Amino acid sequence: MSKTLRIDPIACDGQGICVELLPEWIRLDDWGFPVVDPNPLPETLETHARRAVRECPKLALRLEAARERSPS
Amino acid sequence: MTSTASQRARVAAPHGTGRLLARVRGDGRAVSLEEHAARYGLLPLGDDLIRTAAESGLSGRGGGGFPTGQKLRAVADRGGRPVVVVNGAEGEPASAKDRALMRCVPHLVLDGAAAAAAALGAHEIIIATARSARTEREVLTTAVRERRERVRWRLATVPDGFVVGEETALLAALSGRAARPTNKPPYPFERGLGGDPTLVQNSETLAQLALVARFGADWFRSQGTSQEPGTALVTLSGAVARPGIYEIEFGAHLSELVAQAGGATEPLAAFLVGGYFGTWTRDADLRLTAAAGLGAGVVVAFPTSTCALQESARVARYLAEQSAGQCGPCLHGLSALAGGLERIARGADDDREQLTRWAADVVGRGACRHPDGAARFVTSTLTTFEQETTRHLAHGHCDKRDRAILPTGPSRE
Repeated sequence: MSKTLRIDPIACDGQGICVELLPEWIRLDDWGFPVVDPNPLPETLETHARRAVRECPKLALRLEAARERSPS
Repeated sequence: MTSTASQRARVAAPHGTGRLLARVRGDGRAVSLEEHAARYGLLPLGDDLIRTAAESGLSGRGGGGFPTGQKLRAVADRGGRPVVVVNGAEGEPASAKDRALMRCVPHLVLDGAAAAAAALGAHEIIIATARSARTEREVLTTAVRERRERVRWRLATVPDGFVVGEETALLAALSGRAARPTNKPPYPFERGLGGDPTLVQNSETLAQLALVARFGADWFRSQGTSQEPGTALVTLSGAVARPGIYEIEFGAHLSELVAQAGGATEPLAAFLVGGYFGTWTRDADLRLTAAAGLGAGVVVAFPTSTCALQESARVARYLAEQSAGQCGPCLHGLSALAGGLERIARGADDDREQLTRWAADVVGRGACRHPDGAARFVTSTLTTFEQETTRHLAHGHCDKRDRAILPTGPSRE
C-alpha cells in the first residue's frame, strides 16, 4: 500500500533534521519549516523516510497510509 | 412542542426565500416558544432525520460546507454517548447572521439541536457563544428554560476570536483548554467532548435543520440549485443603502442581493465574497454559491472611495494576529504576507511575486484551515487589485484613506 509522509504542524518546530535526511522529498520554506511532498512516497525513499521519522526530535513526522476526506 | 416523527407539521411551510428570518418579530425581540410553535408548528423528533437531512442536501453554514446528513451519520455510526454542540462563536468580524438567529429566533436554532440530539440519542446539548454575545446568551438562557425536551441543555461562553469557531478550537475551549485548533484526526465526530462522538453544527445549519425536520427534503430543495439546494443567510455590509442580514437562495446573483439592500450608495470597486477566507470579485452577475466561495455568508460591497490595499493589508495583519500561533507556517507565513501587503499599500516595494509564492507555500500546512483562508484572501487581493497595486508602487502613496469598510476591531456587541 502506498504511503505518504505527514508533518504534525503543531509539534514541528522547524529543527530541519528531516530536510537533511530526505532532501528528495522535503524542503524548507522561507521561515525554516519543512514542506513535504504530499504525493505517495516512492518505495525507493522509504528507508530514508523511516530514518527521518525516527530522528525527528519532536516526533512530528509520520509515515502513514493515504487517508480519505473526513467531516470537518 | 415536540411530537412523534409521524405527525405532520400543522403550519404551512414558508414560501420563497424567507425561511429563517421572515417570521421574526417586527420589534426585533426574541420569539417565545409559544409564538414559535404558532409560527412553525410542531417539531418532529426521530432518527429518520439523518436520512431526511441527507436527502435535503443541507450543508454546513459556518464556512466549511460539509454535508449535514453525512456529519450526522458519522456521529451516529460511532455509537457511544454522543454530544451535540451548537456553534454560535461566529468569529468572523463581518458576520452577524448567527447572532441574529440566536437573538431573534432562538427556538429555531434550539429546535435543530433538539432534533439532532433526538436522532443521535444524545442527552446533552451545549450552546457555545462568544463572550461578547451577551444579548444572545440572555435570550438563549430564557429560551432554554422554555424547552420541554428530556435533554440537558448547557450554555457555555467561549472567548472572542477568529479561530474560536473552528470545531476543534471550540471543543478545546469547551473542555477548559485554550481555544486553539487541534490536529485532525481525530475529528470531533470520532472523539470530541470528553472523548465522546460530538456533533458540532453552526447556528444557521441547525436552524435550517429544524425546517428540514418539519417540512422535509423536497420542500428544502424547492429553493436553490440542484447542486446546492436551499437558502443561506448573508451578512451584507459596505456601501449599500440597507446593510444587514438577507436570506438568499443559493445561486442568486450578487446584483439581486445588492438590489434587495436598496442598491449601492456610491460607486463600487469590488465585492468581497466569503469574508476574510473569501475572495474579491468585480462581477455583479456572480452566482452566490458555496462553490463560488460564499463561505459563512459574508458579502462586503466595497466602494471606490476607500483604499482597497490599505484595508486588505489591515485585514491580513488581523488574520496574522488571529493565528493560534501553534503552527510555524501559519505563525510566520501570515505575518510575512501581512508585511508584504503593508509594504505594497505604502508603495514601499514590489514583492508581488514573493508574496504569491508565500501565499501558495502556507496552504495546507496548519492544523486548521486558517493559513489557507488567509492566503486565499491575500492572493485574491493581489489579483483583483492589480491595477491599484501598480498605481501604488508607481506613486509611492495613495490619496485615499482607509475608511474601515472591512472591520477588524474587537468583536461588536
